[in-house]
Amino acid sequence: MIADSVEADANEVHSRLFLNTENLGKGGTAAFLEPRQSDVLFLPCEVRSFCDPSFSSKSHNATHVTMKRSIAVAERSIRTSHALRTGSICTSCQRRWNSVSQRPGSDRVQFPGAVNSRFTTDLKFARATEEDAMPTFRVLDQEGKLVDKNREEPDISDEEALRLYKDMVSVSIMDLIMFDAQRQGRISFYMVSAGEEGIAVGSASALNPRDPIFAQYRETGIFRYRGFTFDDFMAQLFATKDDTGKARNMPVHYGSRKFNVHTISSPLATQIPHASGAAYAMKIQNLQNPTEDPRVVACYFGEGAASEGDFHAALNIAATRGCPVLFICRNNGYAISTPTLEQYRGDGIASRGVGYGIDTVRVDGNDILAVREVTKKARDLALKNGGRPVLIEAMSYRVSHHSTSDDSFAYRAKVEVEDWKRRDNPITRLRKWMEGKGLWDEEKEKELRSDLRKQILTAYRKAEKEKKPALSGLMSNVYAEPTEEQIEQMATLRKVIQKYPNEYDVSEFDGGLDGLTLDKK
Amino acid sequence: MARPLINTAGRIARSIQSSSRRTYASHPAKARLNIPTDYGTTPLLSHTSKAALANPELSQGAKNGTTSRINLFSAINAAMAHALRSDDRVLLFGEDVAFGGVFRCSMNLASEFGEARVFNTPLSEQGIVGFAIGAAVEGMRPIAEIQFADYVFPAFDQIVNEAAKIRYRAGSNAGMDCGGMVIRMPAGGVGHGALYHSQSPESLFTHVPGMRVVIPRSPAQAKGLLLASIESPDPVIFMEPKILYRAAVEHVPSEPYTLPLSKAEILKEGEDITIISYGTPLYTCQSAITAAEKDLKCSIELIDLRTIYPWDRETISTSVNKTGRAIVVHESMVNAGVGAEVAATIQDKCFLRLEAPVQRVAGWSTHPGLGYERFNIPDVTRIYDTIKSVLDY
Repeated sequence: MIADSVEADANEVHSRLFLNTENLGKGGTAAFLEPRQSDVLFLPCEVRSFCDPSFSSKSHNATHVTMKRSIAVAERSIRTSHALRTGSICTSCQRRWNSVSQRPGSDRVQFPGAVNSRFTTDLKFARATEEDAMPTFRVLDQEGKLVDKNREEPDISDEEALRLYKDMVSVSIMDLIMFDAQRQGRISFYMVSAGEEGIAVGSASALNPRDPIFAQYRETGIFRYRGFTFDDFMAQLFATKDDTGKARNMPVHYGSRKFNVHTISSPLATQIPHASGAAYAMKIQNLQNPTEDPRVVACYFGEGAASEGDFHAALNIAATRGCPVLFICRNNGYAISTPTLEQYRGDGIASRGVGYGIDTVRVDGNDILAVREVTKKARDLALKNGGRPVLIEAMSYRVSHHSTSDDSFAYRAKVEVEDWKRRDNPITRLRKWMEGKGLWDEEKEKELRSDLRKQILTAYRKAEKEKKPALSGLMSNVYAEPTEEQIEQMATLRKVIQKYPNEYDVSEFDGGLDGLTLDKK
Repeated sequence: MARPLINTAGRIARSIQSSSRRTYASHPAKARLNIPTDYGTTPLLSHTSKAALANPELSQGAKNGTTSRINLFSAINAAMAHALRSDDRVLLFGEDVAFGGVFRCSMNLASEFGEARVFNTPLSEQGIVGFAIGAAVEGMRPIAEIQFADYVFPAFDQIVNEAAKIRYRAGSNAGMDCGGMVIRMPAGGVGHGALYHSQSPESLFTHVPGMRVVIPRSPAQAKGLLLASIESPDPVIFMEPKILYRAAVEHVPSEPYTLPLSKAEILKEGEDITIISYGTPLYTCQSAITAAEKDLKCSIELIDLRTIYPWDRETISTSVNKTGRAIVVHESMVNAGVGAEVAATIQDKCFLRLEAPVQRVAGWSTHPGLGYERFNIPDVTRIYDTIKSVLDY
């Protein structure tokens, strides 16, 4: 008898464990919560304007951490949740229809997965190669002249044009010096941006400095445009005590809270879904803080990284959640040695955007004014109607080796590279345009180059002599607070170093062995 | 990820109800040890309001409040509702969470807090976790749901290479971290989950500095530990034993409260053996202890790890230094499982006090095949037998 009743209990547990699909519409078999049928089944369908001021909430307090109840918090929360609930923040997230039915005799099919698809009796496969490739937007030709004489002059001040030019040249000179520095064994690794300076600097110039950026690694120009000094670059490259990354990352993996650029990590494409999530945070925060300028997120990646699953995941979720994010693909023809023909067979990366329901444009990445204009328009578009993603494919050519660990002439002809270098690159194109306007000449060019070279070498020499960070950097910041296990391990390491002083050189680290501490706050 | 069980669960459930004979999950007629847990009487759950409020870890507010008798999914639901209500940075998303979730954990939350904060994502685990990381580094506190722990692997790269390392690689760039991010996932055996609805992959994440791994054993614990995880400045993987969602019912304090992370809980004091476990197997351990203490005249200490990493090494070593014997019990495979880490630490910290080798009772080094679950997951008999052999050593 006892066994029987136990068995009956177990029976019930099993039968309740998973959802009874038949009862789903009635709120499942939940015994402990009484679901309201209407709430469970239907999301709010109102579609109201994102910017409607009647849905504004009190200013969002970013430092609020405590979960304790307070009247103020509850009030704000009620207001915000009301705003977020009733003023649907995402028109594109709404269901596209409320019910799906097929009207008799209709020439359109209303399957839930593809509304408004026309019936056809003509069996025809959509062919990827039938149409021309998506056009590439450009403003200047290779001689730095306006392609369309009827178009207005580019919307850029002389001062800003000079800034873009100087930032591109800064990056290209630093690249040459640091590539050599790696060859001489002064730093462990380097990656240049040659040929792609225009994409980074041009797009960064069209963003708000408060727009968060997620980058891959060949976007040094972003950091320069946002305010990185040569000292900042060198601290990271030489992994000195002034490196905000605490000498933990490989060279070129820059990051900065001050300039709103997230730390670069080596795994490719992982930053793309981050950008979608960060953009969703922007969307919520833009709504919660209507008095502040709305922000978007920019995310950079190469055409090789776009083959990763994270690219797919990121674009799809950004589209479904209406995230204000600019996906900026640098299509430079190669992923290390792999040419694009082995990377994909569609029309580049741009053709995929449309498939995700994302507004997409292809731009000449060697034309910095075109990149700037496209990014500016894309940013406006991303903030429209509650937010949405935009895909920009910037075409260019990777003039350099992939990195200091790569000799690209093992897989491509030197003449091809030389041809690109000579025929078309973003720096000479903007220079020609500026010369055409009387903004620039040979003398200024010489002066700029010599001045930048001096500045870079000064920062280089200073960083080279600088100490490494304190040894605590080995284990701090893994968690917000060090764990007991870590504190014990640091004590063990200290003992070993003290026992075998000749086996370790701690003098190059800030504070020497004294820097090897890990205290609980 | 394919999720066939969701679609067939109802059919399975109905077929069980309509038939007097079960084809699985029964126990032999003469069994004395291997009988199912009676959640209605187990001392591991608070069966009265008084017992629930006696927990010294509760905040004063919770202690002075009332309780309600709820199951584990309702406790998770209550915790998330509180988090969403008290902090407008909290978001909740994943596959099918908007209508309430396939295990009902997010019931009514979309209607109460709006589809902007509680929403469905496309079916992509790497997207869900990557999206959560991005929201977290920009100041939100996302609760991301992975529908089954078995499907967390597509997000493994995002967890290991990104979430866990973001604060470290950002260095002194303050605030560039994933604090407040919680990745919830139903885990563990359920009787008929087979290969892809049964796994407990916690040890894969305990090998990753930067992540916290938390597994509650009961409704009251689920609420307190989940709220602590959402408050935590570090990213947390929160594994919910799915077999307990409806089975484990107890009195849970109605007020919000947190329970400490990285702190083990001594569930029962004893003198002769320390048994260390977490999640569902604690109930099996309790049954085995009851039988063993009666049969073998011994006294056994039972400890719930609660946080699997970084774990409370001190409570465990203190206990084993007292008892001199230790057994670690978990559902997932024994090879390189949590038991290996705990056992190695015990032999390091308690070597001179050990009177028997540290034993691990865990899943065998195989996969959770449908028909063999009761032979694979540690049962009362295996734990009982291990207690016996450790005492006899």
